[in-house]
Amino acid sequence: MRAAFTTTLLELAARDSRILLLTADLGYMALERFAEKFPHRFFNVGVAEQNMIGLATGLAEAGFIPFVYSIVTFAVLRPYEFIRNGPIQHRLPVRIVGIGGGVEYGSNGLSHYGLEDVAVMRAQPGITVIAPADHQQARSAILASWDLPGPIYYRLGKDEKTVVPGLDGHFELGKLQRLGEGSDLLFVAMGTVANAALAAIRELAMQGLACSLVIVAHVHPAPARELGDLLATFPIVLSVEAHYRVGGLGSLVAEIVAERGLPCRLVRCGVDSMPTGVVGNQAYLHERFGLSSEKLAATALKALKQTIS
Amino acid sequence: MGIYGAQLRRLIIEQSKRAHVGHIGSALSVADIVALLYGNVLRISSPEDPERDRFILSNGHAALSIYAALFLKGWLSKEQLDSFCADGSALGVHPDRELRGVDFSTGSLGQGLPIAAGSALAARLQSSSRRAFVLVSDAECNEGSLWEGVMFAAHHRLSNLIAIVDLNGQQALGYTNHVLSLEPMSARWRAFGWDVHEVNGHDMVAMQKTVAELDTVSGPPHVLIARTIFGKGVSYMEGQIKWHYWPMSEEEYSQALREIEATA
Repeated sequence: MRAAFTTTLLELAARDSRILLLTADLGYMALERFAEKFPHRFFNVGVAEQNMIGLATGLAEAGFIPFVYSIVTFAVLRPYEFIRNGPIQHRLPVRIVGIGGGVEYGSNGLSHYGLEDVAVMRAQPGITVIAPADHQQARSAILASWDLPGPIYYRLGKDEKTVVPGLDGHFELGKLQRLGEGSDLLFVAMGTVANAALAAIRELAMQGLACSLVIVAHVHPAPARELGDLLATFPIVLSVEAHYRVGGLGSLVAEIVAERGLPCRLVRCGVDSMPTGVVGNQAYLHERFGLSSEKLAATALKALKQTIS
Repeated sequence: MGIYGAQLRRLIIEQSKRAHVGHIGSALSVADIVALLYGNVLRISSPEDPERDRFILSNGHAALSIYAALFLKGWLSKEQLDSFCADGSALGVHPDRELRGVDFSTGSLGQGLPIAAGSALAARLQSSSRRAFVLVSDAECNEGSLWEGVMFAAHHRLSNLIAIVDLNGQQALGYTNHVLSLEPMSARWRAFGWDVHEVNGHDMVAMQKTVAELDTVSGPPHVLIARTIFGKGVSYMEGQIKWHYWPMSEEEYSQALREIEATA
C-alpha cells in the first residue's frame, strides 16, 4: 500500500499546497517520488518520532495538513502521548501513516510488529482510524478522508499487489463493506488479513456452509449501528485481525454484541500471546497464530459444531 | 502595554490561595519572563489573528502566570480568572487551548519545544514574519524529546524560534544538580547549534534588549538561558523545594502579599 499511498498523496499535494510529508527516516523505495516532486514540502526529521508529531502539531495549527510516516509501532507507540496531547487534544488535521500492521515485518521481530496500535488509537476520542484491506481500498480511503478536520491514523500494509476479490477498492467513511450473502457465519475482518477470511469462506463453502465477510476499514469511530444490525442476523461471528486479541477489532465487536445484548456467539481470532523467541515470514506467523485461511476455517467449523451441539 | 512582574505575582498569590493549590514557586519563577513576553514582546493583535506570534508555556504547571497575563491583556475576564481550578472551569493547573489566548495545551514536559519548532517551520513555509516562543523549565531539559526538537531547529536554522529556559535549579523532588545534572546548560545548547544568551530572568529591561537584538530572519534558533529564583518575590518560598506543590496558610498568604506589595 506504500506505492498507493505515495501515488495518491502526490495527486492530492499537487492540488492542495497545505499537504506536507514528514518521515522519521523510513520509507526507502516508497517516498522518493514525493521528495523529488515536492522537495520543500518533504522533511526527513531523522529518527525522532516524538519530535515529528510535535512538529506536525505546530504545522497543522498554522494551517498545514502534515502526513507523518513510519512503521506502525514507531508511528503510534513511541510518540503516543504526543499524539494524544497534540493532534488529538487540539483537534488538528495531522495524518499518522503507519506501515506494516500485525506481523508484516515478520523476520524483524516484536520490535517491528504492530499488535496493539488499533487498541490504543481506538481508546482515543477524536481520531479517525482507518485500516484498509488492500492497496485499492487504501487509495479510496485516503481520497475519502484526507481533508477531514481532525487527526487520522492510517494503518497501511506492505502488500502492493494482492487485492480482496469483490471489494473493488470500495470505501466509504463510516460504512462497512460486506462480501457474500451467506448467513451461517460472519467473518468480521480488519486489514489485509481479510483475504485469509475470504479464502476460509471458500473452503467452508465446499463443505456446504454459506458464510459472509464484512470488512471494517473505518475502524474508529466505529460504524457501530450498522455493524450491530449485521451482527444481530448471525448466530456466530469470527473477528479476524493481525493484532492482539485485546483491544482491537475483536474487542470492538464484543462491545457491540454485549451492549446491544445480541444473541450471537463471538470468536476472536488474533495474536493471543507475545511473539518473542520466534521469527518467520508473515504467512508462517499467521499460521502460527491461527490467522491462515486453513486455521480460520477450522476455527469456524469448531465454533459451528459447538454452537449447534 | 507594559506588564510588570509584581502585577502577575499578586494575582498568582491571590488565585493560588483562593484555589488552595500549589505550583506557586514555578509561577513566581517565570513571572518576569511572562510579563515581558505579554507586555512587550509577543506581537498579538488578537488571539484569533493567524499572523500572531505563537507562545507555548511548555512547563504548563506555571499556567497561573499566563492566566494572570491574559487577564491583564483583557482576554480573560475577572470572573474567569476567579474560577481558577474551580469545578467546571477551563482554568486548570495546566493551560488548555480551549481558553482564549492559549495557543497550545501543555502539562506534559518535553512536548512544547517540538511543537514550537513546528510553528516556526510553518511560518517559514508561509513566508510569514511571525515568531514562535517557547518557555521551558530547566528540569524539562531532562526530557529527551526536547533535544530532538532542539536538533531539528538547529539543522533547519529556525531563526524565528526563541526558547527561554527557566533556570531556577529546582525540580519537583529536589535540586537539579542533585537529581540529574544539567550543567553546563549554555554550552549544551551551544553545542547543539543554537544562539545562546545568558540573562537574568528577573531583569525585564535586559531581557527585552536581548530579545530585541535577536536576528529572527536568518541564522540559528535562539535560546535565553534565564537564571531565575524559584518562588521569586516571596522570601520564605525562594529556593525551597516544598513550594513546588505546597499551598499557603492564611499567615503565609498575608506575608506573601505584603512582600510583593513592597516590591511593586
